[in-house]
Amino acid sequence: MENLVLQALSGLASASSLFLVASGLTVIFGVSRVVNFAHGSLYMLGAYLAWTLVTSLPRGHLGFWGGVLGAAVLVGLIGLVVEVLLLRRIYRAPELFQLLATFGVVLIVQDLALLTWGAQDLLGPRAPGLRGSTEILGLRFPLYELFLIGVGPVVLGLLWLLFHRTRWGTLVRAATQDREMVGALGVNQRMLFTSVFFLGSLLAGLGGALQLPRESVNLHMDLSIITEAFVVVVVGGLGSLSGAALAALLIGELHAFGILIVPKITLVLVFLVMAIVLVVRPHGLLGKPEAAARGGQGSAEPLVGPAPAALRWAALAAALLAVAVPPFLGDYGISVLTEMAIFVLFAASLHLIMGPGGMASFGHAAYFGLGAYGAALAAQWLGAPMLAGLAIAPVMAGIFGLVFGFFCVRLSGVYSAMLTLAFAQIAWSVAFQWVEVTGGDNGILGVWPDAWAAPKLVYYYLALGLCLGATLLLRRVIHAPFGYALRAQRDSSLRAEAIGIDAFRIRWLGFGLAAAAAGVAGGLFAYGKGSVFPTYMGIPRSVDALLMVLLGGVQTLSGPIVGALAFTGLQEQLVRLTDLWRLVLGCVIVALVLFFPQGLAGAARARWEASRGDA
Amino acid sequence: MLQVTGLSAHYGRAHILDGVALEVAAGEVVVLLGRNGAGKSTTMKAIMGLVPPSGGQVCFAGAEIAGWEPFEIARLGLGYVPEERRIFTGLTVMENLEVGRRPAGPGQRAWTPERLFELFPSLGAMRDRPGGRMSGGEQQMLTIARTLMGNPRLVLLDEPSEGLAPVIIERMARAIGRLKAEGLAILLSEQNLHFAQAVSDRATIIEKGRIRWSGTIPELMGAEAVREQYLSV
Repeated sequence: MENLVLQALSGLASASSLFLVASGLTVIFGVSRVVNFAHGSLYMLGAYLAWTLVTSLPRGHLGFWGGVLGAAVLVGLIGLVVEVLLLRRIYRAPELFQLLATFGVVLIVQDLALLTWGAQDLLGPRAPGLRGSTEILGLRFPLYELFLIGVGPVVLGLLWLLFHRTRWGTLVRAATQDREMVGALGVNQRMLFTSVFFLGSLLAGLGGALQLPRESVNLHMDLSIITEAFVVVVVGGLGSLSGAALAALLIGELHAFGILIVPKITLVLVFLVMAIVLVVRPHGLLGKPEAAARGGQGSAEPLVGPAPAALRWAALAAALLAVAVPPFLGDYGISVLTEMAIFVLFAASLHLIMGPGGMASFGHAAYFGLGAYGAALAAQWLGAPMLAGLAIAPVMAGIFGLVFGFFCVRLSGVYSAMLTLAFAQIAWSVAFQWVEVTGGDNGILGVWPDAWAAPKLVYYYLALGLCLGATLLLRRVIHAPFGYALRAQRDSSLRAEAIGIDAFRIRWLGFGLAAAAAGVAGGLFAYGKGSVFPTYMGIPRSVDALLMVLLGGVQTLSGPIVGALAFTGLQEQLVRLTDLWRLVLGCVIVALVLFFPQGLAGAARARWEASRGDA
Repeated sequence: MLQVTGLSAHYGRAHILDGVALEVAAGEVVVLLGRNGAGKSTTMKAIMGLVPPSGGQVCFAGAEIAGWEPFEIARLGLGYVPEERRIFTGLTVMENLEVGRRPAGPGQRAWTPERLFELFPSLGAMRDRPGGRMSGGEQQMLTIARTLMGNPRLVLLDEPSEGLAPVIIERMARAIGRLKAEGLAILLSEQNLHFAQAVSDRATIIEKGRIRWSGTIPELMGAEAVREQYLSV
């Protein structure tokens, strides 16, 4: 009994910290509609800056608390600079493009933090006056945790007052609903957005700074907190402050008791809850359906037509090169090209969902990984030959794509994307924690091709043939009646239904098809590497796929292909050339977002059309 | 006070406004008449900067405002009441008014919530009610009141009678009469000719994005052929 109370209390302390970060994220999203991936980086910077300030200021109350608050304000200012320099320019871009930009910031901050503070974990001092512990029901409980439990409600109360008792707060709430109307009433939205960003960033910084006495400061804080914060924000309902508080409480306690009750599935529990909440309540616990976004939606997407002759010739030349050159390359070059071919298919499969389908997926790696695991498990447990394994891969990925997609395609926008992430994380943690079958973190080794395909060159041609074939097939699908229906429901679900298109079924099948195609890529990847690991389904790989599609451009069919080649090539080269590849890649992404908002292929097409004078 | 000349606008490649010209003098009520899709709302949005004009001039209070941002135009004293009302449904009546509040210009008598509740008595009884829980007529009154809180010198009023019960329309006409008496200039857009002639001084008819006819209300009432050609359904 006493133990349970203590467990509940420490759950409350986590909930408090989580709320600080999530509240900033939800406030920023509410007003600017920016899904700010860099919010976790601001949290991490808060922790690092607090460490620097607290350790360099004189010891004592003033040094510690001054350092914590100083770090929060500094992070607020950093957020403000990011908003003014980057986000302000892309408010009219599609949501996913903003996500891409903020992901660029994540990469930049990671390397800057590494340069500034080094790779080792940093231990901060404990909070003066809160070092010891107190007795609750005869058991000892740290004072600092008790203090944190108080911080959450106090911040919630202050925010409530700010939003309901000040003119600024009223304007922010109005802008959350209809920012264009607020502008037409004479409010300078730019100032409003910038100030909201300052506040949200400050909260993230405060959340990070307050972690100093609890845990060591390290370079993984950003991504670990951002997924949890996203979960909290989505479960609570995007833009809802009280929803975020409720969800933080739920997730905090879930962590605390999950460990006691079912230690096996701790990693998956949070995402399981998110999936259930979203299936039952498509807009989160306290969220409202998004009003049809007013303004800022940009122009209609250009029509997708068959490739112009010049592009066909370029594609043919590229294909010929891909066939003719490899015999003259070494093993390393061949394996890089094999990976490129696989990622082209992977990106093309995601593009089917995002471009013609009009849905977003943050968890596309799940189907890549499921394909890989399908092949590997068949090889390990059934002794299946390679071709059977490669056939099982898309079946496995496709079936799960249909199962997961059944729920995901019912939702819209960010909610749908977050549900795909939840399913991907569930798949990942099953692979990670079901050690008896999947080998857990050690993965499954020895998934080698059959003897005839063992030479790298032969395997390359096999992969090239399958990936090219599948990519062309996806392209064909987009030009088929099914593709028209897919695009029709994207542009107007209601009108599509009115002319007899079953929008749900079309989306669902599209999702399953994309999953199966990703499964082909995953199966080929497994045999190419000779092993599978849970990381194949991890968030980073899903982000890679997003980057490829967005880099290339969502609105062109050649976009994912160009994007996959550019991204794989760039990353490969950068990792070889410099330790600071994240910094360089982040800067490249930010520059692309600012200067090529249609992606590489989109920009190329715009130039091409302009040069022919039919823009 | 407001002179629009040669105003054009596009949605994508479609030409929506083609050389629209109109004028509103101080203290005058001008109605923009036309059928559905004629370009009335787009004219108002283009004046307000909500739809970027692709050509032409918009001169308000001595400033050339085409290309300005909406908030800058609003701060110059141009108020906008959208057709869809666009009440902040999560905010109370008082909070909705607060969002619209801006200081009065020199020589202007500032609007306060109390004065607005005199104009629209039913709003005064529901100060703390969320905008989402009001009837269409009440929302229409609130959206006008919200814009008036900005102490505009000219208001763009987009189809205020749309979808309202006849008795509410009558009340709306009385309110507009009082606003005119206060010296406020109004550019109204309407399909309801009966309502329009009751409140306006002059009329301008728009069809397919072009101005087809301009004149006083008595002239319009005398010109049956014009009404037949552009306004009858």
